[in-house]
Amino acid sequence: MAEAPESTASNGLLAWIDKRFPLSALWRSQVSEYYAPKNFNFWYYFGSLALLVLANQIITGIFLTMNYKPSASEAFASVEYIMRDVNWGWLIRYMHTTGASAFFIVVYLHMFRALLYGSHRKPRELLWIFGCVIFVALMAEGFMGYVLPWGNMSFWGAQVITSLFGSLPFVGGILVDWIRGDYVISDATLNRFFALHVAAVPIALIFLVIAHLMALHEVGSNNPDGIDIKKHKDSNGHPLDGIPFHPYYSVKDLVGVMGFLIIFAGVIFFAPTFGGLFLEAPNFSPANPLQTPPHIAPVWYFTPYYAMLRAVPSFAGTQVWGVLVMGASIAVLFLVPWLDRSPVNSIRYRGPIYKIMLAIFVVSFVILGICGLKPPAGIYPMLAKICTALYFAFFLLMPFYTRIDRVKPVPERVTGHG
Amino acid sequence: MVKRGLLIAIALFPAGLALAQEGGEIEVQRAHADIRDLESLRRGAHDFMNYCSGCHSIAYLRYNRMAEDLKIPEKELSANLMFTSQKPFDGIVSAMPSDAADWFGKQPPDLSLMAREKGRDYIYSYLKGFYVDDTRPWGVNNVYLPGTAMPDVVAGVQGLQQPVFKSEKDGAGSDHMVLRGVEALTKGSLSPVEYDGFARDIANFLDYAGEPVKAKRQSLGVFVMLFLIVGFVFAYLLKKEYWKDVT
Repeated sequence: MAEAPESTASNGLLAWIDKRFPLSALWRSQVSEYYAPKNFNFWYYFGSLALLVLANQIITGIFLTMNYKPSASEAFASVEYIMRDVNWGWLIRYMHTTGASAFFIVVYLHMFRALLYGSHRKPRELLWIFGCVIFVALMAEGFMGYVLPWGNMSFWGAQVITSLFGSLPFVGGILVDWIRGDYVISDATLNRFFALHVAAVPIALIFLVIAHLMALHEVGSNNPDGIDIKKHKDSNGHPLDGIPFHPYYSVKDLVGVMGFLIIFAGVIFFAPTFGGLFLEAPNFSPANPLQTPPHIAPVWYFTPYYAMLRAVPSFAGTQVWGVLVMGASIAVLFLVPWLDRSPVNSIRYRGPIYKIMLAIFVVSFVILGICGLKPPAGIYPMLAKICTALYFAFFLLMPFYTRIDRVKPVPERVTGHG
Repeated sequence: MVKRGLLIAIALFPAGLALAQEGGEIEVQRAHADIRDLESLRRGAHDFMNYCSGCHSIAYLRYNRMAEDLKIPEKELSANLMFTSQKPFDGIVSAMPSDAADWFGKQPPDLSLMAREKGRDYIYSYLKGFYVDDTRPWGVNNVYLPGTAMPDVVAGVQGLQQPVFKSEKDGAGSDHMVLRGVEALTKGSLSPVEYDGFARDIANFLDYAGEPVKAKRQSLGVFVMLFLIVGFVFAYLLKKEYWKDVT
């Protein structure tokens, strides 16, 4: 219906709108005549799924906000009120808590896809950087959201993470007090985290996602072959290997959405705590400043970075090095478009060195995640040190190994279609 | 495929290692309770009110919610399950005064979320874990919460238990007496099998109290999953139809 060409000016309401707002033009340029490569595979579902999870978080978040009380004395009980007395409150909350973990799973896979097919490379550097900023905003959002239920792990997690800033030289102490709004984690901290979690960061996220999509539609989507489809166009100026996003990818993404929802609902209805990973058992006990949990671990999606933080020993009387390494592990992501010197985009045409390095990177990231969940005893500290080194080796050695790697010839046109 | 298998094996390696390192502590026993078993939940509610609610609250659970979910008639609720002057829509709060910490050394904790924090099996095991220990203020200790502040309120039904120690060599090669479990010392009013049922029902009831919607959540989930699977099939067929002309 919205695909109507200009000639149907008689089309009442739409024509009226189009004279005042470029609705049909926007629909055409961004959706029905946005040409995407026809060879997207499994890995290309995660962009639209990230958008779905964002919508889920915002909608369920609005309903949670209606019943949640951002006060140190009432927050914990208000969450139980949502779980027990609010109609369908339990479902809304589980959708939100499971959605938080799902967001990170989907985003990690989305980022991995970029590393597979070179989606971060020219001309998509800015697209990648917007994505990295979204990731950072998402981490802030996840951390502050985790504090809101005011369970004991919320409290002590906030204590540990905010005190990291205290290790910075000179400004550390002032900075920590400024973040907490108090000398300890308190009602003041909870209130500002609530404000940031429900207003500031979500607004930033929405604008960043719009910027991310605008950059994508400006340069066009990459594909599993890493080939520029705009090089070969038909007589109408459409890419020969491209198909309109709607209806082709709208119906294909619908399949991905349904598949995702099956897994998502499976967790919500049958394993909402996911064995203590998505909702941690100590957090069913209210915040207690006098009782430190025996083992403080962040939620699973932060554990790789937490493991890196702990892997670095204190040196010259300060712990700041671990904090700097953790910060660098995120900062280095922003540089990937310029660290990657390979002549080809896609892993399909890259040589064995990149494949091996990527595999090592993924394995070390997973092991770091496990190390961060475990108390720092036994073999874990050593494993975390090795994997921290491997994590950075993947990025910092990239300019060398991508240049010397043996690459295969890249075809002119894309291979196969989804 | 081999590469992927290897990846998974490497990723799981530390997890397996951790399992091997644990031990030493006595593992909790499985409660084998069924949250859909209303009979068991009703018995558990009854036993909880009689043996536990004198000291422990489950403040987040309302009397009338419990009666509705467990299909307990109003008369039965007020006659046999409500021992305080509370109203049916109130949370289940014990009459224990707030200075109880002066008697026990610790305020008896609210048990609303105990099953979510520690697990149903832990509660079951804890109820079976009391043993005579003259070094403790109440003369009893617990296998699963060493140094517990709680007196053995189930001694009448379970009977007293005594600890079983085993000698083990430590890292330095010297012998140590290690607690391995408990055995019956005196008889209680219930047989051991009956007492297991008693502990199982209370654990089951507290599991329910931790998340009253749990049974409904699971049964509803089955329909949601079926709906989504049908939706997936239609979405897939739609995609196939549209993509026919993509060559």
